Amino acid sequence: MSERYYTKKHEWVLVDGKEATIGISDYAQDQLGDIVFIELPDVDDEFEKEEDFGVVESVKAASDLYMPISGKVIEVNEDLEDAPELVNEDALSNWMIKVEVTSPDEVEELLTEAEYKDFIEEE
Amino acid sequence: MEESKRTPLYEEHLSLKGKVVDFHGWALPIEYEGIISEHKSVREKAGIFDVSHMGEIRVKGKEAEAYVQYLMTNDIKAMDDGQIVYTFMCYPEGGIVDDLLVYKYNRDHYYLVVNASNIEKDFEWMKTHVDGYDVSLDNESEQVAEVAVQGPLAEKIVQRITKEPLEKITFFTFKDHVEILGKKCMISRTGYTGEDGFEIYMKPEDVTEVWRGILEAGKEEGIQPAGLGARDTLRFEAGLPLYGNELSKDVSPLEAGYGYFVKLDRDNFIGKDALLKEKKEGIKRKVVGFELKKRGIPREGYEVLKNGEKIGIVTTGYLSPTLGKSIGNALVQSEYGELGSDIQVKIRKKEVEATVIKRRFLKK
Repeated sequence: MSERYYTKKHEWVLVDGKEATIGISDYAQDQLGDIVFIELPDVDDEFEKEEDFGVVESVKAASDLYMPISGKVIEVNEDLEDAPELVNEDALSNWMIKVEVTSPDEVEELLTEAEYKDFIEEE
Repeated sequence: MEESKRTPLYEEHLSLKGKVVDFHGWALPIEYEGIISEHKSVREKAGIFDVSHMGEIRVKGKEAEAYVQYLMTNDIKAMDDGQIVYTFMCYPEGGIVDDLLVYKYNRDHYYLVVNASNIEKDFEWMKTHVDGYDVSLDNESEQVAEVAVQGPLAEKIVQRITKEPLEKITFFTFKDHVEILGKKCMISRTGYTGEDGFEIYMKPEDVTEVWRGILEAGKEEGIQPAGLGARDTLRFEAGLPLYGNELSKDVSPLEAGYGYFVKLDRDNFIGKDALLKEKKEGIKRKVVGFELKKRGIPREGYEVLKNGEKIGIVTTGYLSPTLGKSIGNALVQSEYGELGSDIQVKIRKKEVEATVIKRRFLKK
């Protein structure tokens, strides 16, 4: 089982070999409130770590999504186009994109689940 | 940052798991269960809002009528006792000091309900124009708590906890010294949601009991506490403006599209000359409604374009919870604001096509 890592911008990433799955944290979905629209990139788009790759919009506001890790998009979760509220229901199983990791070492710069929990408690 | 002020219902919001944020210096819940659920509850059943942050200014004296008449764009002299009007208070240049409700007790006594963010500014403005009038002004904002019960079932629910026959309080009228759960209240059939409902004013020490009593009385019908988030989506769908978005000191009521509340054929009032001139010459900008033709959500502050040129700015925008459409208001140059015209809204890097439509999005 691979471990889930987090960023201070509230994305999570699960890395499995060269493939990484990316979503937003449960804390983020709770802070956003009702999610009504999610804009995701196209397959084959490439992003650097910390670059914005999409937008999640709640009733109230639009928030950018940031790459936890550099990579090339290999799959986007198309279910979210018509049912963005799935992320409110379960932010950890309703991922947003899958990427082919280009710099595997970047994982070491991310927060572990315990570190992320400490971080959001301070916020 | 300065600590946000708390309304007397602060503890209630926490115990109802409200997400409390700072709103113009007030700690108030943006939502409890969720904006969409609260919004729908008000449209279909009922919701209750803490609006204790609103400002209340009492004007009393022999010349109260003349004084209020001089400050307001609507015709205060034409009001009946017990009636309420929506009006603007303008600067001499025609921009808006505030939009407010005027409650008329009688010719010597008016009660003004103003925006929380403008209380001090309004009161100062009123004081600078009081010379020569036999009136007294009292800013009672700190001594008044207010809740709004809104929705088609509002009357049925509130009637359970008062002996006052509520059907007699008709739209935009009020009654003072009404007992609700034994507490002395002033109650009006007004609101900011486009639904039937009441706004209830009382002493801060009485509001918790009234709040709980209304939630209890409406339990069966599914009344919900509703936060600032739903308050904004509801007022927006109903075509009601918000100071700071559609209205400001740089926008006149005519530009904002609320000329109905400016009576240019009456006696003098502050801003009249400027507004008469503006009407004669035609407004250069106006607030219009629009609907996006493609997916996306317009937000306050986004640019509005026509053929690549900036022609205005979005003042409010949402994916409408009731209609499911992406709609907004925008302040644009008048020549581009005709109903049915095509405009573009810049959403991040993309220009999204939109059509100008009527601002009363909700047809009831």
